[in-house]
Amino acid sequence: MNTFRKTYKPFIGPFDPCPPMKVKSYETPPQLYMGFQPYNLPQFPNLQTALKHGTLWPALFAPYENPYRKGGA
Amino acid sequence: MWYYEKKLQYPVRVSKCDVQMAKFLTEQYGGADGELAAALRYLNQRYTVPDKIIGVLNDIGTEELAHLEMIATMVYKLTKDATPDDLKKAGLGAHYANHDKALYFENAGGVPFTATYFTAKGDPIADLYEDIAAEEKARSTYQWLINMTDDTDLIDSLTFLREREIIHSQRFLECVEILKEERDRKKIF
Ligand SMILES: [Fe+2]
Repeated sequence: MNTFRKTYKPFIGPFDPCPPMKVKSYETPPQLYMGFQPYNLPQFPNLQTALKHGTLWPALFAPYENPYRKGGA
Repeated sequence: MWYYEKKLQYPVRVSKCDVQMAKFLTEQYGGADGELAAALRYLNQRYTVPDKIIGVLNDIGTEELAHLEMIATMVYKLTKDATPDDLKKAGLGAHYANHDKALYFENAGGVPFTATYFTAKGDPIADLYEDIAAEEKARSTYQWLINMTDDTDLIDSLTFLREREIIHSQRFLECVEILKEERDRKKIF
């Protein structure tokens, strides 16, 4: 299973004016890995759930949360 | 032609009176990677791409218009009850001076929309690569917008829109695969 978010530790200079952000992140959603969508991928159980997720297929669903929030990267 | 359904593609609820957010959301209304640019780009490309991928451009271009409507709804909800003073404080004083509370196709910085935000190269691969990039840029804009609000209802609608960009990107990536396919090669799935 591929992760939807990657993190890295940028260089922190000794004379930087602001408190450093030690970890930075970027998103890597599932379409980057899928290639041609395979036939018969499992679907969400009903339309309401699918609409809520914005897609019919769990394999293409990528949750997103503000990485600057507490608990985020 | 189109049939219009008198409802939004996905419900839009805004729970926090944050007028400044209206200004930021405008980026997706009339900005370079916004929904208007997306819709016009894809619907225009339909005419000059190979037959096999016209349908994808048609469907996605149409869906972008539905997204445009959702963004308009958000902006409208956030500005309709604002006084000129509220708008000034939210950084929308210049907008008010020119447009009152009318929505306008401009980006978050107030720069009017322009057709130069997208192109039509006529080369299917070049155009599809632009489309894929446009989807990833729109996905990013939604992330930056989500990062600037704590209104969970607004975040819910923005998260839906972000997910749709992921699906669109997937479909355009598949279009490239379709065009790469050798004409007479047997397909094995
Ligand atoms: Fe899109």
